Amino acid sequence: MIEFSNWDILRNLLLAARWTVVLSLVSFVGGGIVGLGLLFMRISRSRWPRLFAGAYVELFQGTPLLMQLFLAFFGLALFGINVPAWLAAGVALILWTAAFLAEIWRGCVESIAKGQWEASASLGMGRMQQMRYVVLPQAMKIAIPPTVGFSVQVVKGTSLTSIIGFVELSKAGTIVTNATFLPFTVYGYVALIYFVLCFPLSKSSQYLERKLNVAHRNH
Amino acid sequence: MSLIEITDVRKSFGANEVLKGIDLNVEPGEVIAIIGKSGSGKSTLLRCINGLETINSGSIQVAGAQLAPDELHLKALRLKVGMIFQSFNLFPHKTAGQNVMLSQMVVKKTPKPEAEAMARKMLERVGLAHKFDAYPDELSGGQQQRVAIARALAMQPMALLCDEVTSALDPELVQEVLAVVKELAAEGMTLLMVTHEMRFARDVCSRVVFMHMGRVHEIGPPAEVFGAPKTPELRQFLGAQH
Ligand SMILES: Nc1ncnc2c1ncn2[C@@H]1O[C@H](COP(=O)(O)OP(=O)(O)OP(=O)(O)O)[C@@H](O)[C@H]1O
Ligand SMILES: [Mg+2]
Repeated sequence: MIEFSNWDILRNLLLAARWTVVLSLVSFVGGGIVGLGLLFMRISRSRWPRLFAGAYVELFQGTPLLMQLFLAFFGLALFGINVPAWLAAGVALILWTAAFLAEIWRGCVESIAKGQWEASASLGMGRMQQMRYVVLPQAMKIAIPPTVGFSVQVVKGTSLTSIIGFVELSKAGTIVTNATFLPFTVYGYVALIYFVLCFPLSKSSQYLERKLNVAHRNH
Repeated sequence: MSLIEITDVRKSFGANEVLKGIDLNVEPGEVIAIIGKSGSGKSTLLRCINGLETINSGSIQVAGAQLAPDELHLKALRLKVGMIFQSFNLFPHKTAGQNVMLSQMVVKKTPKPEAEAMARKMLERVGLAHKFDAYPDELSGGQQQRVAIARALAMQPMALLCDEVTSALDPELVQEVLAVVKELAAEGMTLLMVTHEMRFARDVCSRVVFMHMGRVHEIGPPAEVFGAPKTPELRQFLGAQH
Protein backbone atom coordinates (compact mmCIF):
# COMPACT_ATOMS: atom_id res chain seq x y z
CA MET A 1 0.00 0.00 0.00
CA ILE A 2 1.24 3.44 -0.94
CA GLU A 3 1.55 5.96 1.83
CA PHE A 4 0.23 9.48 1.16
CA SER A 5 1.70 12.33 3.13
CA ASN A 6 -0.42 15.31 4.09
CA TRP A 7 1.58 17.32 1.63
CA ASP A 8 0.71 14.94 -1.22
CA ILE A 9 -2.95 15.37 -0.47
CA LEU A 10 -2.78 19.11 -0.05
CA ARG A 11 -0.68 19.60 -3.16
CA ASN A 12 -3.20 17.77 -5.32
CA LEU A 13 -6.07 19.69 -3.82
CA LEU A 14 -4.35 23.03 -4.29
CA LEU A 15 -3.64 22.24 -7.92
CA ALA A 16 -7.34 21.56 -8.43
CA ALA A 17 -8.27 24.65 -6.42
CA ARG A 18 -6.78 26.70 -9.24
CA TRP A 19 -9.72 25.60 -11.35
CA THR A 20 -12.15 26.60 -8.65
CA VAL A 21 -10.58 30.05 -8.66
CA VAL A 22 -10.56 30.30 -12.45
CA LEU A 23 -14.16 29.11 -12.73
CA SER A 24 -15.23 31.55 -10.00
CA LEU A 25 -13.53 34.46 -11.74
CA VAL A 26 -14.95 33.56 -15.13
CA SER A 27 -18.45 33.15 -13.69
CA PHE A 28 -18.24 36.38 -11.76
CA VAL A 29 -16.86 38.52 -14.57
CA GLY A 30 -19.01 36.89 -17.26
CA GLY A 31 -22.04 36.99 -14.97
CA GLY A 32 -21.34 40.64 -14.24
CA ILE A 33 -21.34 41.53 -17.93
CA VAL A 34 -24.49 39.55 -18.73
CA GLY A 35 -26.03 40.84 -15.49
CA LEU A 36 -25.43 44.43 -16.50
CA GLY A 37 -27.23 43.77 -19.77
CA LEU A 38 -30.11 42.19 -17.86
CA LEU A 39 -30.18 45.15 -15.47
CA PHE A 40 -30.65 47.60 -18.34
CA MET A 41 -33.43 45.43 -19.77
CA ARG A 42 -35.05 45.10 -16.36
CA ILE A 43 -35.28 48.86 -15.83
CA SER A 44 -35.97 49.68 -19.47
CA ARG A 45 -39.03 51.70 -20.31
CA SER A 46 -40.17 49.32 -22.98
CA ARG A 47 -42.22 46.36 -21.95
CA TRP A 48 -40.62 43.40 -23.73
CA PRO A 49 -37.05 43.73 -22.51
CA ARG A 50 -38.45 44.22 -19.01
CA LEU A 51 -40.61 41.12 -19.22
CA PHE A 52 -37.80 39.05 -20.69
CA ALA A 53 -35.31 40.03 -18.00
CA GLY A 54 -37.92 39.50 -15.30
CA ALA A 55 -38.71 36.01 -16.55
CA TYR A 56 -35.01 35.21 -16.88
CA VAL A 57 -34.30 36.21 -13.30
CA GLU A 58 -37.29 34.25 -11.97
CA LEU A 59 -36.27 31.18 -13.93
CA PHE A 60 -32.67 31.12 -12.74
CA GLN A 61 -33.51 32.07 -9.18
CA GLY A 62 -36.38 29.61 -9.03
CA THR A 63 -34.51 26.47 -10.07
CA PRO A 64 -31.53 24.80 -8.35
CA LEU A 65 -28.14 25.55 -9.83
CA LEU A 66 -27.58 21.79 -10.02
CA MET A 67 -30.50 21.41 -12.44
CA GLN A 68 -29.15 24.24 -14.56
CA LEU A 69 -25.81 22.46 -14.73
CA PHE A 70 -27.48 19.19 -15.69
CA LEU A 71 -29.51 20.90 -18.38
CA ALA A 72 -26.46 22.64 -19.80
CA PHE A 73 -24.44 19.43 -19.76
CA PHE A 74 -26.91 16.64 -20.60
CA GLY A 75 -29.57 18.76 -22.25
CA LEU A 76 -27.34 20.02 -25.02
CA ALA A 77 -25.96 16.50 -25.51
CA LEU A 78 -29.53 15.41 -26.34
CA PHE A 79 -29.44 17.71 -29.32
CA GLY A 80 -26.23 16.09 -30.44
CA ILE A 81 -24.15 19.00 -29.20
CA ASN A 82 -21.30 17.57 -27.20
CA VAL A 83 -20.32 20.05 -24.54
CA PRO A 84 -17.22 19.47 -22.49
CA ALA A 85 -17.77 19.71 -18.75
CA TRP A 86 -15.75 22.93 -18.37
CA LEU A 87 -17.86 24.68 -20.98
CA ALA A 88 -21.17 23.56 -19.52
CA ALA A 89 -19.96 24.55 -16.07
CA GLY A 90 -18.78 27.97 -17.23
CA VAL A 91 -21.92 28.79 -19.19
CA ALA A 92 -24.33 27.61 -16.49
CA LEU A 93 -22.50 29.49 -13.76
CA ILE A 94 -22.29 32.68 -15.83
CA LEU A 95 -26.02 32.63 -16.54
CA TRP A 96 -26.84 31.81 -12.92
CA THR A 97 -24.56 34.55 -11.55
CA ALA A 98 -26.01 37.04 -14.03
CA ALA A 99 -29.53 36.46 -12.74
CA PHE A 100 -28.57 37.14 -9.14
CA LEU A 101 -26.34 40.12 -9.86
CA ALA A 102 -29.00 41.70 -12.07
CA GLU A 103 -31.48 41.40 -9.24
CA ILE A 104 -29.09 42.76 -6.61
CA TRP A 105 -28.23 45.70 -8.84
CA ARG A 106 -31.83 46.41 -9.73
CA GLY A 107 -32.53 46.84 -6.04
CA CYS A 108 -29.64 49.29 -5.81
CA VAL A 109 -30.77 51.34 -8.81
CA GLU A 110 -34.31 51.46 -7.46
CA SER A 111 -33.09 52.63 -4.08
CA ILE A 112 -31.86 55.86 -5.66
CA ALA A 113 -34.31 58.60 -4.72
CA LYS A 114 -36.92 59.52 -7.31
CA GLY A 115 -35.83 63.13 -6.91
CA GLN A 116 -32.49 62.30 -8.54
CA TRP A 117 -34.29 61.13 -11.69
CA GLU A 118 -36.58 64.14 -11.65
CA ALA A 119 -33.85 66.71 -11.08
CA SER A 120 -31.67 65.29 -13.85
CA ALA A 121 -34.67 65.03 -16.19
CA SER A 122 -35.65 68.62 -15.49
CA LEU A 123 -32.13 69.66 -16.51
CA GLY A 124 -32.69 68.07 -19.90
CA MET A 125 -30.77 64.81 -19.51
CA GLY A 126 -31.92 61.80 -21.49
CA ARG A 127 -32.50 58.42 -19.91
CA MET A 128 -29.02 57.09 -20.70
CA GLN A 129 -27.35 60.26 -19.47
CA GLN A 130 -29.28 60.06 -16.23
CA MET A 131 -28.16 56.48 -15.77
CA ARG A 132 -24.55 57.16 -16.60
CA TYR A 133 -23.92 60.39 -14.73
CA VAL A 134 -26.42 60.42 -11.90
CA VAL A 135 -27.95 57.07 -11.02
CA LEU A 136 -25.29 54.42 -11.68
CA PRO A 137 -22.47 56.22 -9.86
CA GLN A 138 -24.64 56.34 -6.75
CA ALA A 139 -26.07 52.85 -7.19
CA MET A 140 -22.60 51.36 -7.64
CA LYS A 141 -21.54 52.54 -4.21
CA ILE A 142 -24.51 50.81 -2.65
CA ALA A 143 -24.01 47.73 -4.78
CA ILE A 144 -20.42 47.01 -3.78
CA PRO A 145 -21.00 45.21 -0.45
CA PRO A 146 -23.82 42.88 -1.62
CA THR A 147 -21.95 42.18 -4.87
CA VAL A 148 -18.76 41.20 -3.07
CA GLY A 149 -20.91 39.21 -0.65
CA PHE A 150 -22.50 37.32 -3.51
CA SER A 151 -19.09 36.34 -4.87
CA VAL A 152 -18.93 33.93 -1.90
CA GLN A 153 -22.00 32.16 -3.28
CA VAL A 154 -20.30 31.91 -6.66
CA VAL A 155 -17.19 30.29 -5.19
CA LYS A 156 -19.30 27.77 -3.29
CA GLY A 157 -21.52 27.27 -6.33
CA THR A 158 -18.56 26.06 -8.38
CA SER A 159 -18.40 22.95 -6.15
CA LEU A 160 -21.57 21.67 -7.83
CA THR A 161 -19.79 21.43 -11.17
CA SER A 162 -17.92 18.41 -9.77
CA ILE A 163 -21.10 16.44 -10.38
CA ILE A 164 -20.89 16.86 -14.13
CA GLY A 165 -17.25 15.85 -13.99
CA PHE A 166 -15.41 19.13 -13.99
CA VAL A 167 -12.27 18.63 -11.93
CA GLU A 168 -12.15 21.47 -9.49
CA LEU A 169 -11.58 21.40 -5.76
CA SER A 170 -14.54 19.22 -4.75
CA LYS A 171 -14.05 16.71 -7.54
CA ALA A 172 -10.35 16.51 -6.70
CA GLY A 173 -11.38 15.82 -3.11
CA THR A 174 -13.39 12.82 -4.24
CA ILE A 175 -10.60 11.56 -6.46
CA VAL A 176 -7.99 11.90 -3.74
CA THR A 177 -10.31 10.23 -1.23
CA ASN A 178 -10.72 7.27 -3.54
CA ALA A 179 -6.98 6.91 -3.74
CA THR A 180 -6.15 7.47 -0.10
CA PHE A 181 -9.20 6.19 1.80
CA LEU A 182 -8.85 9.18 4.09
CA PRO A 183 -12.16 10.98 3.55
CA PHE A 184 -12.11 12.94 6.78
CA THR A 185 -8.64 14.34 6.25
CA VAL A 186 -9.19 15.05 2.58
CA TYR A 187 -12.58 16.73 2.91
CA GLY A 188 -11.26 18.60 5.93
CA TYR A 189 -8.61 20.10 3.70
CA VAL A 190 -11.14 20.76 0.95
CA ALA A 191 -13.38 22.64 3.35
CA LEU A 192 -10.39 24.56 4.69
CA ILE A 193 -9.39 25.68 1.20
CA TYR A 194 -12.94 26.85 0.46
CA PHE A 195 -12.91 28.73 3.71
CA VAL A 196 -9.61 30.41 2.89
CA LEU A 197 -11.09 31.50 -0.45
CA CYS A 198 -14.43 32.71 0.92
CA PHE A 199 -13.55 34.20 4.28
CA PRO A 200 -11.67 37.23 2.92
CA LEU A 201 -14.56 37.88 0.54
CA SER A 202 -17.27 37.82 3.18
CA LYS A 203 -15.11 39.81 5.59
CA SER A 204 -14.41 42.50 3.03
CA SER A 205 -18.10 42.64 2.17
CA GLN A 206 -18.91 43.29 5.82
CA TYR A 207 -16.08 45.79 6.07
CA LEU A 208 -17.23 47.68 2.98
CA GLU A 209 -20.77 47.75 4.21
CA ARG A 210 -19.75 49.20 7.53
CA LYS A 211 -17.39 51.67 5.93
CA LEU A 212 -19.93 52.93 3.41
CA ASN A 213 -22.54 53.18 6.17
CA VAL A 214 -20.38 55.04 8.62
CA ALA A 215 -19.08 57.46 6.02
CA HIS A 216 -22.75 57.90 5.11
CA ARG A 217 -21.47 60.00 2.33
CA ASN A 218 -22.31 59.36 -1.24
CA HIS A 219 -19.12 60.61 -2.74
CA MET B 1 -47.36 85.63 -27.61
CA SER B 2 -47.07 84.54 -24.01
CA LEU B 3 -43.95 82.82 -22.75
CA ILE B 4 -45.88 79.97 -21.18
CA GLU B 5 -49.21 78.94 -22.67
CA ILE B 6 -51.26 76.39 -20.81
CA THR B 7 -54.48 75.49 -22.59
CA ASP B 8 -57.24 73.31 -21.16
CA VAL B 9 -54.85 70.92 -19.46
CA ARG B 10 -56.35 67.85 -17.87
CA LYS B 11 -54.50 65.28 -15.84
CA SER B 12 -55.78 62.19 -14.07
CA PHE B 13 -54.10 59.66 -11.84
CA GLY B 14 -56.24 56.63 -12.52
CA ALA B 15 -59.82 57.67 -11.88
CA ASN B 16 -58.76 60.70 -9.89
CA GLU B 17 -58.88 63.80 -12.09
CA VAL B 18 -56.37 66.15 -10.50
CA LEU B 19 -56.29 68.93 -13.10
CA LYS B 20 -59.70 69.68 -14.56
CA GLY B 21 -58.96 72.00 -17.44
CA ILE B 22 -56.29 74.55 -16.58
CA ASP B 23 -55.87 77.67 -18.71
CA LEU B 24 -53.03 79.98 -17.88
CA ASN B 25 -50.81 82.30 -19.89
CA VAL B 26 -47.64 83.69 -18.42
CA GLU B 27 -45.90 86.72 -19.93
CA PRO B 28 -42.12 87.10 -19.98
CA GLY B 29 -40.87 88.54 -16.68
CA GLU B 30 -44.02 87.71 -14.77
CA VAL B 31 -43.75 86.27 -11.29
CA ILE B 32 -46.70 84.05 -10.52
CA ALA B 33 -47.53 82.58 -7.15
CA ILE B 34 -49.69 79.48 -7.05
CA ILE B 35 -51.52 79.01 -3.79
CA GLY B 36 -54.16 76.57 -2.65
CA LYS B 37 -55.00 73.77 -0.28
CA SER B 38 -53.00 70.58 -0.09
CA GLY B 39 -54.08 68.25 -2.87
CA SER B 40 -55.50 71.00 -5.07
CA GLY B 41 -53.07 70.09 -7.87
CA LYS B 42 -50.41 72.79 -7.57
CA SER B 43 -47.42 70.49 -7.77
CA THR B 44 -49.02 68.42 -10.49
CA LEU B 45 -49.50 71.54 -12.61
CA LEU B 46 -45.83 72.53 -12.28
CA ARG B 47 -44.70 68.98 -12.97
CA CYS B 48 -46.83 68.87 -16.12
CA ILE B 49 -45.25 72.06 -17.41
CA ASN B 50 -41.82 70.49 -17.73
CA GLY B 51 -43.02 67.04 -18.59
CA LEU B 52 -42.41 65.20 -15.32
CA GLU B 53 -46.04 64.13 -15.61
CA THR B 54 -47.78 63.34 -18.88
CA ILE B 55 -51.01 65.20 -19.50
CA ASN B 56 -54.24 63.54 -20.61
CA SER B 57 -55.40 66.39 -22.82
CA GLY B 58 -54.80 70.03 -23.56
CA SER B 59 -51.53 71.63 -24.53
CA ILE B 60 -48.55 73.30 -22.94
CA GLN B 61 -46.04 75.50 -24.72
CA VAL B 62 -43.01 77.30 -23.41
CA ALA B 63 -41.43 79.83 -25.78
CA GLY B 64 -42.60 77.84 -28.76
CA ALA B 65 -41.46 74.47 -27.40
CA GLN B 66 -44.44 72.16 -27.30
CA LEU B 67 -44.88 69.55 -24.58
CA ALA B 68 -44.82 66.07 -26.13
CA PRO B 69 -43.91 62.76 -24.56
CA ASP B 70 -40.87 61.91 -26.70
CA GLU B 71 -37.36 62.57 -25.43
CA LEU B 72 -36.48 65.10 -28.12
CA HIS B 73 -39.45 67.38 -27.44
CA LEU B 74 -39.00 66.99 -23.71
CA LYS B 75 -35.38 68.04 -23.93
CA ALA B 76 -36.23 71.10 -26.01
CA LEU B 77 -38.90 72.08 -23.50
CA ARG B 78 -36.69 71.49 -20.48
CA LEU B 79 -33.97 73.67 -21.94
CA LYS B 80 -36.47 76.53 -21.79
CA VAL B 81 -37.84 75.91 -18.34
CA GLY B 82 -35.94 74.84 -15.24
CA MET B 83 -37.33 73.43 -12.03
CA ILE B 84 -36.46 73.78 -8.37
CA PHE B 85 -37.75 71.14 -5.98
CA GLN B 86 -38.79 71.22 -2.37
CA SER B 87 -36.17 68.60 -1.52
CA PHE B 88 -33.27 70.25 -3.47
CA ASN B 89 -32.31 66.99 -5.20
CA LEU B 90 -28.67 67.88 -5.58
CA PHE B 91 -26.48 65.06 -6.87
CA PRO B 92 -24.86 63.83 -3.64
CA HIS B 93 -21.81 62.33 -5.34
CA LYS B 94 -20.81 65.63 -6.90
CA THR B 95 -19.54 68.89 -5.44
CA ALA B 96 -21.60 72.07 -5.65
CA GLY B 97 -19.51 73.16 -8.62
CA GLN B 98 -19.85 69.80 -10.38
CA ASN B 99 -23.58 69.84 -9.74
CA VAL B 100 -23.81 73.09 -11.66
CA MET B 101 -21.42 71.95 -14.39
CA LEU B 102 -22.80 68.48 -15.11
CA SER B 103 -25.90 69.21 -17.16
CA GLN B 104 -24.18 71.98 -19.10
CA MET B 105 -21.53 69.52 -20.22
CA VAL B 106 -23.80 66.53 -20.74
CA VAL B 107 -26.88 68.18 -22.21
CA LYS B 108 -25.50 71.27 -23.91
CA LYS B 109 -22.04 69.80 -24.62
CA THR B 110 -20.46 72.95 -23.20
CA PRO B 111 -16.67 72.52 -22.96
CA LYS B 112 -15.48 72.05 -19.39
CA PRO B 113 -13.68 75.39 -18.92
CA GLU B 114 -16.76 77.32 -20.02
CA ALA B 115 -19.05 75.18 -17.91
CA GLU B 116 -16.82 75.80 -14.93
CA ALA B 117 -16.74 79.55 -15.54
CA MET B 118 -20.53 79.53 -15.76
CA ALA B 119 -20.77 77.45 -12.58
CA ARG B 120 -18.59 79.90 -10.69
CA LYS B 121 -20.64 82.80 -11.97
CA MET B 122 -23.95 81.20 -10.97
CA LEU B 123 -22.70 80.13 -7.54
CA GLU B 124 -21.47 83.69 -7.07
CA ARG B 125 -24.93 84.92 -8.00
CA VAL B 126 -26.54 82.86 -5.22
CA GLY B 127 -23.79 83.89 -2.79
CA LEU B 128 -21.98 80.57 -2.68
CA ALA B 129 -18.83 81.13 -4.72
CA HIS B 130 -16.77 79.90 -1.77
CA LYS B 131 -18.63 76.56 -1.67
CA PHE B 132 -17.61 75.45 -5.16
CA ASP B 133 -15.77 72.37 -3.87
CA ALA B 134 -18.18 71.44 -1.06
CA TYR B 135 -20.31 68.32 -1.30
CA PRO B 136 -24.06 68.68 -0.72
CA ASP B 137 -23.89 66.95 2.68
CA GLU B 138 -21.44 69.61 3.80
CA LEU B 139 -23.97 72.36 3.10
CA SER B 140 -26.97 73.61 5.04
CA GLY B 141 -30.43 73.14 3.55
CA GLY B 142 -30.57 76.77 2.53
CA GLN B 143 -27.20 76.52 0.83
CA GLN B 144 -28.21 73.31 -0.94
CA GLN B 145 -31.32 74.98 -2.29
CA ARG B 146 -29.27 77.92 -3.53
CA VAL B 147 -26.91 75.51 -5.32
CA ALA B 148 -30.00 73.91 -6.89
CA ILE B 149 -31.08 77.33 -8.11
CA ALA B 150 -27.61 77.98 -9.51
CA ARG B 151 -27.72 74.59 -11.23
CA ALA B 152 -30.99 75.45 -12.92
CA LEU B 153 -29.84 78.96 -13.86
CA ALA B 154 -26.66 77.64 -15.46
CA MET B 155 -28.81 76.09 -18.18
CA GLN B 156 -30.03 79.62 -18.98
CA PRO B 157 -33.74 78.82 -18.92
CA MET B 158 -36.37 81.38 -19.86
CA ALA B 159 -38.54 80.47 -16.90
CA LEU B 160 -38.19 78.69 -13.57
CA LEU B 161 -40.73 76.49 -11.84
CA CYS B 162 -40.40 76.49 -8.06
CA ASP B 163 -42.34 73.97 -6.01
CA GLU B 164 -42.39 75.02 -2.36
CA VAL B 165 -38.69 75.70 -2.45
CA THR B 166 -38.53 76.76 1.20
CA SER B 167 -40.87 74.19 2.75
CA ALA B 168 -38.12 71.74 3.68
CA LEU B 169 -36.00 74.42 5.33
CA ASP B 170 -35.54 75.38 8.95
CA PRO B 171 -37.27 78.74 9.53
CA GLU B 172 -34.00 80.63 9.91
CA LEU B 173 -32.85 79.46 6.47
CA VAL B 174 -35.99 80.44 4.57
CA GLN B 175 -35.05 84.07 4.09
CA GLU B 176 -31.69 83.44 2.39
CA VAL B 177 -33.43 81.39 -0.30
CA LEU B 178 -36.33 83.82 -0.69
CA ALA B 179 -33.80 86.63 -1.07
CA VAL B 180 -32.23 84.82 -4.02
CA VAL B 181 -35.64 84.23 -5.61
CA LYS B 182 -36.58 87.86 -5.07
CA GLU B 183 -33.39 88.95 -6.80
CA LEU B 184 -34.15 86.69 -9.77
CA ALA B 185 -37.60 88.25 -9.98
CA ALA B 186 -36.07 91.72 -9.90
CA GLU B 187 -33.72 90.76 -12.73
CA GLY B 188 -36.70 89.84 -14.87
CA MET B 189 -36.70 86.05 -14.65
CA THR B 190 -40.09 84.51 -15.30
CA LEU B 191 -41.12 82.55 -12.23
CA LEU B 192 -43.96 80.20 -11.51
CA MET B 193 -43.89 79.32 -7.87
CA VAL B 194 -46.02 77.22 -5.61
CA THR B 195 -45.63 78.78 -2.21
CA HIS B 196 -47.03 78.98 1.28
CA GLU B 197 -45.16 82.22 1.94
CA MET B 198 -48.14 84.57 1.58
CA ARG B 199 -46.11 87.60 2.57
CA PHE B 200 -43.60 86.83 -0.17
CA ALA B 201 -46.36 86.26 -2.73
CA ARG B 202 -47.90 89.60 -1.84
CA ASP B 203 -44.61 91.50 -2.05
CA VAL B 204 -42.95 89.95 -5.06
CA CYS B 205 -45.53 88.46 -7.39
CA SER B 206 -47.24 90.10 -10.30
CA ARG B 207 -50.18 87.68 -10.20
CA VAL B 208 -51.51 85.12 -7.79
CA VAL B 209 -53.27 81.95 -8.88
CA PHE B 210 -55.57 80.29 -6.36
CA MET B 211 -56.12 76.65 -7.21
CA HIS B 212 -59.03 74.71 -5.85
CA MET B 213 -59.96 71.13 -6.67
CA GLY B 214 -57.96 71.00 -9.87
CA ARG B 215 -59.11 74.34 -11.27
CA VAL B 216 -57.83 77.89 -11.35
CA HIS B 217 -60.44 79.17 -8.96
CA GLU B 218 -59.31 82.76 -8.77
CA ILE B 219 -56.52 84.73 -10.42
CA GLY B 220 -55.38 88.32 -10.20
CA PRO B 221 -52.83 90.77 -8.86
CA PRO B 222 -51.89 90.13 -5.22
CA ALA B 223 -53.70 93.22 -4.01
CA GLU B 224 -56.97 91.85 -5.39
CA VAL B 225 -56.53 88.22 -4.47
CA PHE B 226 -55.40 88.94 -0.94
CA GLY B 227 -57.26 92.21 -0.43
CA ALA B 228 -60.63 91.39 -1.97
CA PRO B 229 -61.10 87.65 -2.46
CA LYS B 230 -64.22 87.03 -4.54
CA THR B 231 -65.02 83.42 -3.71
CA PRO B 232 -65.83 81.88 -0.34
CA GLU B 233 -63.24 79.15 -0.99
CA LEU B 234 -60.43 81.68 -1.28
CA ARG B 235 -61.69 83.61 1.73
CA GLN B 236 -61.72 80.43 3.73
CA PHE B 237 -58.26 79.47 2.49
CA LEU B 238 -56.81 82.86 3.36
CA GLY B 239 -58.56 82.80 6.72
CA ALA B 240 -56.98 79.46 7.54
CA GLN B 241 -53.49 80.83 6.85
CA HIS B 242 -53.26 82.76 10.11
N1 LIG C 1 -48.01 60.12 -8.66
C1 LIG C 1 -49.29 60.22 -8.21
N2 LIG C 1 -50.10 59.15 -8.27
C2 LIG C 1 -51.38 59.22 -7.84
N3 LIG C 1 -51.95 60.33 -7.35
C3 LIG C 1 -51.18 61.44 -7.27
C4 LIG C 1 -49.82 61.44 -7.69
N4 LIG C 1 -49.32 62.67 -7.50
C5 LIG C 1 -50.33 63.40 -6.96
N5 LIG C 1 -51.44 62.68 -6.84
C6 LIG C 1 -52.73 63.16 -6.33
O1 LIG C 1 -53.06 64.34 -7.02
C7 LIG C 1 -53.65 65.28 -6.17
C8 LIG C 1 -52.95 66.59 -6.28
O2 LIG C 1 -51.62 66.44 -5.81
P1 LIG C 1 -50.58 67.63 -5.83
O3 LIG C 1 -49.30 67.07 -5.31
O4 LIG C 1 -50.55 68.26 -7.15
O5 LIG C 1 -51.20 68.63 -4.78
P2 LIG C 1 -50.58 69.96 -4.18
O6 LIG C 1 -51.56 71.02 -4.46
O7 LIG C 1 -49.21 70.15 -4.66
O8 LIG C 1 -50.59 69.64 -2.64
P3 LIG C 1 -49.52 70.03 -1.51
O9 LIG C 1 -49.81 71.42 -1.07
O10 LIG C 1 -49.79 69.04 -0.42
O11 LIG C 1 -48.17 69.88 -2.10
C9 LIG C 1 -53.65 64.67 -4.79
O12 LIG C 1 -54.92 64.17 -4.52
C10 LIG C 1 -52.64 63.57 -4.87
O13 LIG C 1 -53.03 62.51 -4.04
MG1 LIG D 1 -47.28 70.05 -3.79
